[in-house]
Amino acid sequence: MAELTTRGGGRVAVLKPRVFAWVQDYGVYAAVLALLLFNVLFTPHFLDASNFRTQLVQVTPIVIVSLGMALVIGTQGIDLSVGSAMSLAAALVVLYLGYGWLPALIVAVLGGAAVGAVGGALVAYVNVQPIVATLALLVGVRGLANVLVPQLVEFRNPDLIALGSSSVAGIPVIVLIAAALTLVVMFVVRRTTFGRQVVAIGGNRSASELSGLPVRRVLLIVYVISGLLAALAGVLATARLQASDPTSLGLFIELSAITAVVVGGTPLTGGRIRVLSTVMGALLMQLLAATLIKHNLPQSWTQMVQAVIILAAVYATRERATR
Amino acid sequence: MRRTDLEPVLEAKEVSKRFPGVLALDGVSLALRPGEVHALVGENGAGKSTLIKVFTGVYQPDGGELRHQGEPAAFGTPMDAQRAGISTIYQEVNLVPMMSVARNLLLGREPRRFGVIDAAAMNGEAERVLAGYGVDTDVRRPLRTLGVGGQQMVALARAVSIDARVVIMDEPTSSLEPREVETLFGVIRRLRDQGIAVMYVSHRLDELYQVCDQVTVLRDGRVAHTGALADVERLRLISLMLGRDLNEVRSHGMTRFSRDRAAADPAGAPDGGESRRSPAVEARGLTRRHVLDGVDVSVRPGEVVGLGGLLGAGRTETAKAIVGALPLDGGQVLVAGAPVRAGSTTAAIRAGVSLLPEDRKAEGIIPTLSVRENIALAALPSLGRAGVVSDAKIDRVVEIFMRRLRIKAASPHQLVSELSGGNQQKVLLARWLAVRPKVLLLDEPTRGIDVGAKAEVQALIDELAGEGLGVLLISSDLEELVEGADRILVLRDGAVAGELSGDDVTEERIMATIAEQSDG
Repeated sequence: MAELTTRGGGRVAVLKPRVFAWVQDYGVYAAVLALLLFNVLFTPHFLDASNFRTQLVQVTPIVIVSLGMALVIGTQGIDLSVGSAMSLAAALVVLYLGYGWLPALIVAVLGGAAVGAVGGALVAYVNVQPIVATLALLVGVRGLANVLVPQLVEFRNPDLIALGSSSVAGIPVIVLIAAALTLVVMFVVRRTTFGRQVVAIGGNRSASELSGLPVRRVLLIVYVISGLLAALAGVLATARLQASDPTSLGLFIELSAITAVVVGGTPLTGGRIRVLSTVMGALLMQLLAATLIKHNLPQSWTQMVQAVIILAAVYATRERATR
Repeated sequence: MRRTDLEPVLEAKEVSKRFPGVLALDGVSLALRPGEVHALVGENGAGKSTLIKVFTGVYQPDGGELRHQGEPAAFGTPMDAQRAGISTIYQEVNLVPMMSVARNLLLGREPRRFGVIDAAAMNGEAERVLAGYGVDTDVRRPLRTLGVGGQQMVALARAVSIDARVVIMDEPTSSLEPREVETLFGVIRRLRDQGIAVMYVSHRLDELYQVCDQVTVLRDGRVAHTGALADVERLRLISLMLGRDLNEVRSHGMTRFSRDRAAADPAGAPDGGESRRSPAVEARGLTRRHVLDGVDVSVRPGEVVGLGGLLGAGRTETAKAIVGALPLDGGQVLVAGAPVRAGSTTAAIRAGVSLLPEDRKAEGIIPTLSVRENIALAALPSLGRAGVVSDAKIDRVVEIFMRRLRIKAASPHQLVSELSGGNQQKVLLARWLAVRPKVLLLDEPTRGIDVGAKAEVQALIDELAGEGLGVLLISSDLEELVEGADRILVLRDGAVAGELSGDDVTEERIMATIAEQSDG
């Protein structure tokens, strides 16, 4: 009905919503492209391989964490425990490094999944609000990580160091991992029964329940995936640092991840998940910071500009919801 | 009646209220006089809650006038109405559950000493006031420790103590025990004797006849009748609410049900009597406190069973209980003779029982998803392999049902929220047909959809039953019920009040069954 009236309107009236819809769908891509173009033209040495690579490597943990966050937000939830799951993974990976890098990585990732399982169980089966359940984990799990590894521990395991610093065809391995994970999550969201159920539950939980969807189980799994991805990000970041630092690794990353999801146009009201846009959202914030710093603007400027972008993204998403 | 000479304390004159697409109130006039208990009745969508909200300042009327103590009044906010002495007791008590009983009662008017609350004085005052309402409790305990009835009494006491001249009660007894109901009626009679006007909204006819003096019946946003309750007999009241003229009730009308399918005639059933006798779904003794009281329902293959009764009689709850969407205190659901795991919609759907819910928007559509995805939702696990969905299979199913149900959408990828109500309903029907159920429970399948879609949905119900699907049909539209159903169960106050079949399936018989006095 709404659409018919829109089409029935004058040419200008038709054009405006279309432009707006385009901005909603592709605005974040356009912004990233525009920023890249600006840098190529005006920032000296921007395209130097080392500089560009540094940007990508830096944003990788945020990208991986925000993939899980996008799923959680798609269910109308939120996961504040991701940073702590990273720190727990950092602690576990050095504790078990004696058994080889792969077993250590597996233990660390399982630890993150366990954090997600606790949060997910609280949300799905005990009906605790997601923000409260994961806030408790945010506080508690970092404490646990600090008990396990009280101070910064450097390590010399060559395999783990290689994971963090080697490249294939000039592209850092951890960037390739993040790219692969992005594709996997996109596939899960778009093409699997589970992914469609996640989106449906976020769109209307009671309708999903009446339609026989395993709502609680799906919610639990979503938080497990988020914890698992966060732990993987924690291991990769630790590998790159060549040191385990549970005290400060992943601090405030939940905010960066939420920002990436929001800037990517996934509404906090759930029912819609934009995976690739979320990655673009993370890239946008990273590029923006790098650009402003390269042009000698102080950090505080970056923060203010980022705030404007967040508000713009929220405005665009809100309009879509009420359209 | 004897007080009609008194000036109304609150009066609506030709009040209209329009919402996008509906005229919720259409020239409604209603006068509340001091010392009368005025029943306000009507079915869903009649405009009762809109009228209450106009009286309490939540909505402003678009036309007509509100008069308070004879003067024109405009309540811009609920606060204005409260200041004018109009108090509302809602179904859900609107107090602060964590605060003490005494604080709740005296909130905003606590006795103070030296600027701080004088707890002793407050508790004493609260105890004294509540004793008058039959509430005997430690007023220092949090309100939530009181039962629902006790909380309602506190709300009522609070309303009266802030100088209410008008008290509006919306379904006050829906979660009360019989003993609490008696106490409440005592309080209502006392309020009446003090010259307070009480507006009493309820679907429980027995209660209306116990406490109310006057009655106003709303239907489709208009006043269908207003006058002394004693002058309106039960059956007439029901026919006024349901909009059926007693003398004009006929059994052939405008619905699209054909009534001549095999199921209506058991003897002529093509597959013999055997499958006909064993029910596709059978619910035994469905019980939930205050809601359902031992309801037995069974639906045989190819049969359309109607569920009749007034709003609040337990029709929707029965349907929800059958699919496991309503926690039960007792009862069992059997599909093809085997019990279904209680409290699991997944299990019910797997067994072949699905519910088309009454509230399309809140419980039906997923507004953020497309038509295609809404149709495929319940059948997803069967439309793929190893958890990966098959676009080809989904496309086939979606195409079949969009064509069969004539769903009008720009494309399968259009957002379902952009469709008209009738097309949304068809999308939901398609969602259920895609899982190939044995029994479909339809809760008000034609409410709020246009005439054309309504006829199509009715024809479809007929057709599906003809193919052997068992249907439980809930409808407030008596004509639809009578013409669509082979057999009708009439619910009253959460229990089966009667079963009608054969020649007894008529609008008069349904109304008469509803009107029978319930015991106690």
